[in-house]
Amino acid sequence: MEAIWSWFEWLYEAHGVNLSIFYDSLDRDRFFFGLLTTIRLSLICIVASVVIGVVGAWLQTSRFKWTSRLVQGYIQFFRNTPPLVQLYFFFFAIGGVLPKVPDASGHMVPPIGNFTWAAISLSFFAGAFNVEIFRAGIEAVPKSTSEAAEALGYTRLQSYIYIILPLAFRVCLPSLNNNLVNLVKTTTLAYVIAVPELLYVSSQIWSDQFNVREMMNVLLFTYVGLVAVLVFMMHRWEKTLKIPGYGR
Amino acid sequence: MSKWFATICTVFLCLVAGAGASLADTYEAIKKRGKIVVGVKADYRPWGYRDPSGELVGLEIDMAKDLADTLAVDLELVPVVGSNRMEFLNQEKIDIIIATMGDNMKRRKVVTMIEPNYYAGGTNIIASKAAGFENWTDLKNQKICGIQGAYYNRRVLQLYKIDLVAFKGVPEAVNALQQGSCVGFVYDNTWIEKTLAEGGEWEAYEMPFETEDPSVWAIGVRHEDADSPFGLMVKGKVADWHRTGWLLEHEQKWGIKRSPFLVEMNEALKTRAK
Repeated sequence: MEAIWSWFEWLYEAHGVNLSIFYDSLDRDRFFFGLLTTIRLSLICIVASVVIGVVGAWLQTSRFKWTSRLVQGYIQFFRNTPPLVQLYFFFFAIGGVLPKVPDASGHMVPPIGNFTWAAISLSFFAGAFNVEIFRAGIEAVPKSTSEAAEALGYTRLQSYIYIILPLAFRVCLPSLNNNLVNLVKTTTLAYVIAVPELLYVSSQIWSDQFNVREMMNVLLFTYVGLVAVLVFMMHRWEKTLKIPGYGR
Repeated sequence: MSKWFATICTVFLCLVAGAGASLADTYEAIKKRGKIVVGVKADYRPWGYRDPSGELVGLEIDMAKDLADTLAVDLELVPVVGSNRMEFLNQEKIDIIIATMGDNMKRRKVVTMIEPNYYAGGTNIIASKAAGFENWTDLKNQKICGIQGAYYNRRVLQLYKIDLVAFKGVPEAVNALQQGSCVGFVYDNTWIEKTLAEGGEWEAYEMPFETEDPSVWAIGVRHEDADSPFGLMVKGKVADWHRTGWLLEHEQKWGIKRSPFLVEMNEALKTRAK
């Protein structure tokens, strides 16, 4: 391992390519912690936003007027405002007025930290789009199918979970795919509220080492890699859900 | 197809030639343009900040004005932050940096630091009195706000193992400090002293430590201006500011605590002039 690290040090000295994230232990720790934070934030937001989408789409088709209105209001709020503004809003505007609680060492701190705010804000942001994506999928399921389910004695919730949603999923997977890829890329915005994700740690590193060019390349390739893994998994999922003659 | 190719080649050549031409003398370029573009801080009271009317003011803005007057050109101010100022300079978005920039060896590889230096500051933290910090080592694993791109970040991270929460600008960091997202804010002692002197909501805060890691501040120019007429002119101007007491005067004007560095420089250059 040490040999690999010192090879990068040689690379810097001999060719001026300063990849300090490999040979400098502080930068290495920072960068891999940033990578981990990005992965963690992405995973939490993906799961939470899909759950919000499924539940939201269910509530939207509800018979009660006010639930669908509530969902509509939520979608409008989160879809019509920039995610960057939402992050600032949650962290500085909402976070500032919440009652403070003592932490382990007795300091009074806000009950919700910056990582949690980022997770909440980005999940709701992507969730708003997911609701619409799932709605499109649900509407693509023929009316006769849900009528058949009803005739077989399924309740509305049962037919949603066992009949409509599995079919709708296949239809909306491509656009869901798109939105989740976007979500992973949007996690870079958490940088503005000092969540130590990839962009944040990279900017710390290039401010110290002045290796802006190298870090920009590293960042770009890291995100290409992260998104490639996500897309690969989503395609696998699409394949396993495949029904002949229905969707891809 | 070949026509397309020719066009693209021409455009590319023009770009390369254009870039080459602009690398010529900065002094000539400024004169020709009739204005000097200076990168300054917009969030660092009292060095460079916005007054209630939105105008950029401060000691460094005064320096920029004086520089423009000397060159008899107009002045354009471009707000910069710690993490982009050197890139702005090298991309020729600005002609010169006067933005509370600490002078160190690593930065000297990227830009040319004008000597003499024009100020000296150090690192300290501002924290609520209730936190009761006594020693730098008390900060271990504590959430401390900071500014992205500050030169001292690395040092305090390594020495005191703090949990640094770095924001883009001072207003965000101050807000996070006041709402309790971090227990302290690591920054330059001159800013902290000035802020604490304001009183009011800052009554409950203090600067608990001895100021550490004194660092001199420098005006930055591109490497090719190190010995160009422009670079030499700025060097002369800074020496002049020290010798005539201009910096001491303006330090007082902006309510900054008398800096031993400025007094020392003034003495040294005054006697040498005799």
